Amino acid sequence: MLIELKKVEKVYKVGAVEVPALRGIDLKIEANEYLAIMGPSGSGKSTLMNILGCLDTPTKGSYIFAGREVANLTDDELAQIRNRKIGFVFQTFNLLPRATALHNVELPLIYSGVPASERVRRAAEALESVGLGDRLNHRPNELSGGQRQRVALARALVNRPSIILADEPTGNLDSKTGAEIMELFKKLHQEGNTIVLVTHEEYIAQYSQRRLKLLDGRVQDDIHLEESR
Amino acid sequence: MEIRENIFQALQALKAHKLRSFLTTLGIVIGVTTVITMLSLIQGMNRSVQGQIRSLGSNTFYIQKFPAIRMGRLGEKYRKRKDLTIEDAQAIARLCPAVKKASAYAQEFPVRAKYKGEKTPYISLIGGTPEFLELHQYSLERGRSLTPLDVQHRRAVVVLGADITEDLFPHLDPIGQQVLIKGHRFTVVGTLEPKGNFLGESMDDFVITPITTLMKFYGKRRRSVTIVVEPVSVEATQLAIDQATQVLRRRRGVPYDQPNDFEIMTLDMLMDVYKKLTGSVFGAMVGIAGISLLVGGIGIMNIMLVSVTERTREIGIRKAIGAKRSDILYQFLIEAVTLSGLGGILGIGLGVGIGELVGAISPLPATIPIWSIILGFTFSAAVGIFFGIYPASKAAKLNPIAALRYE
Repeated sequence: MLIELKKVEKVYKVGAVEVPALRGIDLKIEANEYLAIMGPSGSGKSTLMNILGCLDTPTKGSYIFAGREVANLTDDELAQIRNRKIGFVFQTFNLLPRATALHNVELPLIYSGVPASERVRRAAEALESVGLGDRLNHRPNELSGGQRQRVALARALVNRPSIILADEPTGNLDSKTGAEIMELFKKLHQEGNTIVLVTHEEYIAQYSQRRLKLLDGRVQDDIHLEESR
Repeated sequence: MEIRENIFQALQALKAHKLRSFLTTLGIVIGVTTVITMLSLIQGMNRSVQGQIRSLGSNTFYIQKFPAIRMGRLGEKYRKRKDLTIEDAQAIARLCPAVKKASAYAQEFPVRAKYKGEKTPYISLIGGTPEFLELHQYSLERGRSLTPLDVQHRRAVVVLGADITEDLFPHLDPIGQQVLIKGHRFTVVGTLEPKGNFLGESMDDFVITPITTLMKFYGKRRRSVTIVVEPVSVEATQLAIDQATQVLRRRRGVPYDQPNDFEIMTLDMLMDVYKKLTGSVFGAMVGIAGISLLVGGIGIMNIMLVSVTERTREIGIRKAIGAKRSDILYQFLIEAVTLSGLGGILGIGLGVGIGELVGAISPLPATIPIWSIILGFTFSAAVGIFFGIYPASKAAKLNPIAALRYE
């Protein structure tokens, strides 16, 4: 079992008011699953994503990631898990604007202390695997949206994470480019990666094997499909 | 994260805002420039003063009625002091075995020397002995020096400093000519080689006549002489000082339980006084530079706070992909230090340049001590650390989710 959530609750404090975002989530994710988290805005999918990604910790309940209880970890330990075990892909790409594609992909390796020469080799490999072998020294503003998202994917992959978390990865792309990115995710899944995708678009969710629907901070539906498209 | 990577990223970040970075670091630049310039000038002056003093023979000492450097008006105890006389100098020379030479001199200042239509600016007329020129390492250009007979017979003869020769006799041989000084005629018997400038002051703008002549023409009363004493050897300096002191106390009738009623100055003491003086000038400059560094540091803190806010999203991204708090802390700290360090380097360059320039176009010599460069750089880097730590820790403490969402 890669991920296990038991009765996870998250409450945000806005001034004196407590706003519940998650109201008891139970969820298990196995290695090499392809899961889409769906739900209307305000349903808690972003909060769940942040907790799964170790950017945030639950207010109540237990989150076991690869056998470790995340709720008890320090900031630095969480940073280390994000660095080695989790690859993020964001809707707005979140690349460093002044850095080249290569340097953006190198960044996780810098934080895990990989020596410079190996770093460059691995980052270049990761960029090649997403089809950007000829764009290593381009800056984000010299790349198209699809290419930027591929750089972000390469960055997510470069440290060989246990899980890839993607938050609306096609939200800022046209449908053709979006489909290309989804094909890339599919390929990664077939290569054995675990993928969790947050989306509110049905046709994107159709790529997945399993759909988790949230409403008002609770699991409304958890559908396992035999075949992904 | 490695330091090299950090510095590379810091330079990238600073390059993105070149003008802003430059303006921010200006306070540091000015502070470091001030320190380096002042240090190089003071150091250069010290060197040159030391050189001059060494050329005088560092073991000669001076005996005077009053302290050479005094603040404010002289007190009662000074005004009642007896004058020092030529006879005192002769007694020291005769009675002290550790003394090689003792020579008295006095000065009439300001005077102007005239020859036909020509006139010098205000100069000093020194009344001395043949030893005076030797003790002060002047050499003769033409004619002869003063002789013991000149002193004995109070002859109206003068030896001219090089500036005076230049002023009065640009085309003429001055030997044998008569110059008019303050109502008296003197025959020129010799001229001196130029000795050059010392701290911007010419050392050649005087004429010298026998001390006895000076006293005859301009009065003996209320004229205390200065006695220059040269010990037999460097090792005998303290002994010579002790012996001369004893002789003078006896001659002046100072009771055994009273302090000396005259002042003895060695060149080392003069050097100390001089160093104290330049030290306080330097202290004041360091104060000003300190304020400049403080203001510069606050400027750096300010711009780093702006930078942290501007780059909130970048911090979020870095944290999301695994940067620890310490990684972010170092990143911004090193950026601040890079900024202030570059300011320091710029300031060192400017300071050295200004020092050299002043040295080239004015008589003040400049020497740049290596330690001052190290000091300037260390200080500016320290300012970066001190004022960078708060913005950096603010960046490090940012919540990654909030930072990622920041627009």
